[in-house]
Amino acid sequence: MTRASLERVEARPGDPVMSAALVAEHGLSPEEWEQILGFMGREPTFTELGVFSAMWSEHCGYKNSRPLLRTLPTESAAVVQGPGENAGVIDVGGGWGVAFKIESHNHPSAVEPYQGAATGSGGILRDVFTMGARPIAIFDSLHFGSLDSPQSRYLFDGVVRGVGDYGNCVGVPTVGGEAIFDPAYERNPLINVMCIGVLPLERLIRGEAEGVGNPVMAVGARTGRDGIHGATFASEELDEEAVDSRPQVQVGDPFTEKLLLEASLELIERDLLVGIQDMGAAGLTSSGTEMAARSGSGIDIDVAYLPVREEGMTPYEMLLSESQERMLLVAKPEHEGAVREVLERWDLQAATIGQVTDDGMFRVREDGVVRVEIPVKPLVDDCPTYVREGVMSPAVAEARSADLGAYASFESDREVDAALRTLLDAPSIASRRWIYEQYDTTVQTNTLEGPGSDAAVLRLPAEGRALAASTDGNGRHTWLDPRTGGRAAVAEAARNVACSGARPLAVTNCLNFGSPLRPEVYFQLAGAVEGMGEACRALGTPVTGGNVSLYNETGGQPVYPTPVIGMLGVVEDLERRVPSAFQREGDEVWVAGVTRDEIGGSEYLAACHGLVAGLPPAVELEAAAALIDFLVEGAADGAFASAHDGSDGGLAVALAECAVRATGGPLGCTVDLGAAPAGANVSAAARWFGESHSRVVLTCRPGEGERIAAHGRRHGVPVARIGTVDGPDSPCRLTGAGHAIAPPAAELARIYEEAIPRRMSEEAGITS
Amino acid sequence: MTVGMKVGIVRFPGSNCDADVYRAVTEGLGESATYLWHKSTDLEGVDVVVLPGGFSYGDYLRAGAIARFSPIMGEVIDFARSGGLTLGICNGFQVLCEAHLLPGALVRNRNLRFRCHDVGLRVENAGTPFTSAYAEGDLLHIPIAHGEGQFVGEASTLDELEAEDRVVLRYVARRGRATDAANPNGSARNIAGIVNAEGNILGLMPHPERHSLSVLGNTDGLGVFQSLLAAVAGGRGRRSDPAPPEAAEFAAGAVAGAGVSS
Repeated sequence: MTRASLERVEARPGDPVMSAALVAEHGLSPEEWEQILGFMGREPTFTELGVFSAMWSEHCGYKNSRPLLRTLPTESAAVVQGPGENAGVIDVGGGWGVAFKIESHNHPSAVEPYQGAATGSGGILRDVFTMGARPIAIFDSLHFGSLDSPQSRYLFDGVVRGVGDYGNCVGVPTVGGEAIFDPAYERNPLINVMCIGVLPLERLIRGEAEGVGNPVMAVGARTGRDGIHGATFASEELDEEAVDSRPQVQVGDPFTEKLLLEASLELIERDLLVGIQDMGAAGLTSSGTEMAARSGSGIDIDVAYLPVREEGMTPYEMLLSESQERMLLVAKPEHEGAVREVLERWDLQAATIGQVTDDGMFRVREDGVVRVEIPVKPLVDDCPTYVREGVMSPAVAEARSADLGAYASFESDREVDAALRTLLDAPSIASRRWIYEQYDTTVQTNTLEGPGSDAAVLRLPAEGRALAASTDGNGRHTWLDPRTGGRAAVAEAARNVACSGARPLAVTNCLNFGSPLRPEVYFQLAGAVEGMGEACRALGTPVTGGNVSLYNETGGQPVYPTPVIGMLGVVEDLERRVPSAFQREGDEVWVAGVTRDEIGGSEYLAACHGLVAGLPPAVELEAAAALIDFLVEGAADGAFASAHDGSDGGLAVALAECAVRATGGPLGCTVDLGAAPAGANVSAAARWFGESHSRVVLTCRPGEGERIAAHGRRHGVPVARIGTVDGPDSPCRLTGAGHAIAPPAAELARIYEEAIPRRMSEEAGITS
Repeated sequence: MTVGMKVGIVRFPGSNCDADVYRAVTEGLGESATYLWHKSTDLEGVDVVVLPGGFSYGDYLRAGAIARFSPIMGEVIDFARSGGLTLGICNGFQVLCEAHLLPGALVRNRNLRFRCHDVGLRVENAGTPFTSAYAEGDLLHIPIAHGEGQFVGEASTLDELEAEDRVVLRYVARRGRATDAANPNGSARNIAGIVNAEGNILGLMPHPERHSLSVLGNTDGLGVFQSLLAAVAGGRGRRSDPAPPEAAEFAAGAVAGAGVSS
């Protein structure tokens, strides 16, 4: 829709003169500038240029990812709200819904880890409670450089404190996530936070601005100069001057967040609102325009009424500020007084800054003088998109074709024993206790299985049901083969959820990649999204929303392409949920799924040989789907005492984890890895430490193995008994491929538990 | 048997364990509970006042430092001073110390980090209205979740607490010994919970309300609420007074918020 201004738009005295350089500084290309001139029918004002800059950034406009994301499945019987809202919503039965979404805060955390992570948590919490859902859980998927680096330890420590302090204060438990350490993330850590909330489905509310004349209100913290152009900042590469960008990082106030949470839920429960949205990335600009766009309406605001933190702020600054803990809401006109009363009771500031119109314009005034008048639709929906050419980088091609023959066998039993210890000591595998003990994991009294389990399991308000969730991704695998990596993230997350006995239902995704302008990065992005879509279709778990974070690189070096999947599932009967660790001495140990000759991209190669090479393990979608059905039905039947994903670190590591994580303290086991179902010509290394997908370590009560076998037959999942759980003083006796080791379980537990604390001890030092 | 106990749970704006206490009392114990808004001055005739965990007013200054000046606290202090059963959990314990209803103070954890995990506790005194459902020496597993839970006090204060049997709960290892390793926050003498000299005010850092529901697999904390019920049934403590009319009107704006399943 192209039309000239309805009202006289006046540039502000003192505004910079429009120039090619100024346009470029705003991250807009000459072609994009031409497009803007085209549908504005005039040259935009400086303030309008700022609005375009934010809305047409990758962060808000998805320029480079939208054509790819369009290929993802988004619908199923369970999906109530798909992509495009503050958060996705699924139906979990009994009239209850679950709202969830994942979001990145990578660049702010690289610059200021504590506040970056804290405000990341704050933003995603708001996305969930603005759907009318009470947040019940937070997950954090974290990727850092090696813990041998002081810089990485500093970032890791700050991020964990930031995530913890925010969630702990608001009173939402952080119950799961992942922490991966690899030099590829040294200067550009990935901080992805997922929030899950519950709501009675009839209370679902959306970010809409409907009804001409309805009051538009700004609520919460005052607007300051912090975070101006954060969305644009998030859409650029980090360079050496990034630390000078600290003013673009906002400061979080979880107390105000808690007030906003309670007040918002009360406003929604009492049906006083038309729509509500977080003022997140690109602040007032994105919230105002997106709400209007969803309703096909317009919005007319005067920034003179916006509560500000400091004098002399320009409309440009007020529109682009990303000050935290602010919301935009549209009230039902007859309830404006009641809305104010509720907000006052929670000591929250509220100001009516404008109203809804029907002229399709985003109009911003300064004391009545119009500074911005942009048609909403093109601004929000017509951000130019780009489909680029992708090519595999020569470095990846070389790594993929490396000959791994030299690493396929072991010289001695001692080498096997040492490799197992090295893997349990690897921070990407070791116990995350150091992290999660800094998080409140039990507030709200819903936590049935917390961190340390394959999936966190939380009770739902719907009687007898529980929610299981997990976040997963594998950057190394995705680097070696993007399509496989995309599939793997979905398959592993689904497997983790199904191990707890839950049927996987839907996902939210966070795509962390380098600059899409690089053909080798675009190749990764396109491949990963393709693989993700294939797996989501095969497993019946559509995408309900998410976040794209591109330009994750420093000094011209992109991070590993890292798609992170947040998967949700439902356990019909919470009493039938399945824990992940060994339960009792004497239980039978089984493996479901086939071990293949796959050691490419493994943690074994990386931790024991310093090598990232080969092809990552393949994800056969039919096998992945069959395993999910096997796990869900077996759990409902009570066939399993425990179930643990067998991929990360391989079967030997999975067995050791089952042993050391046993609730009452480590338990030993006697297991023959050679008895596990396997393909042809499987090397010794692959049997012990290969990361083949669609494998699970199971246990059952003595003599009840036939039930596992029966479920395996029914679903075409190869299963085999491989051993027995032993007592607390027994070693982990593992044999296979001509090797035998028997490290004491207590010793493995000590290695596993001390890996991260040892590296984060005071002696190791943390420096900025 | 319907003896009936009405528990008042104070709701500061940043309280976040209020709904958990509500569930422990209503679902776990089957008794009634009500929220008391921090701006109110009406204790609504409750038998027991609970100051729940959370970050009362954000606690950027010092945990509990501002909460003690809130309108409801004037009533709570009167109630507690005149013998009303008052329980402060975590942040509530901090508020009780700030209000000088309990001696000592709670400072940042020894390792300067927030900590959340189950701790071992030994019941040191089963003769209080908060612990009568337990036996002396009972070992409990109950979660902590705090950044400022290190109990400190003058040596003379600590000696007095010990001498008067006012240390009610202590952090202990698996076999019941009060070791340094079992002390999660560096508290003096492994102290996890204390009562006032009259025995009607208990402050503790661990969260008994989080282990009060059988669905979660552990009900070690329910005894605290069972003890309170027994005390109320036995006539221990006093019932709070209803507020004068004008104050009641002011309190009418108070919201009875709800947990996810209530």
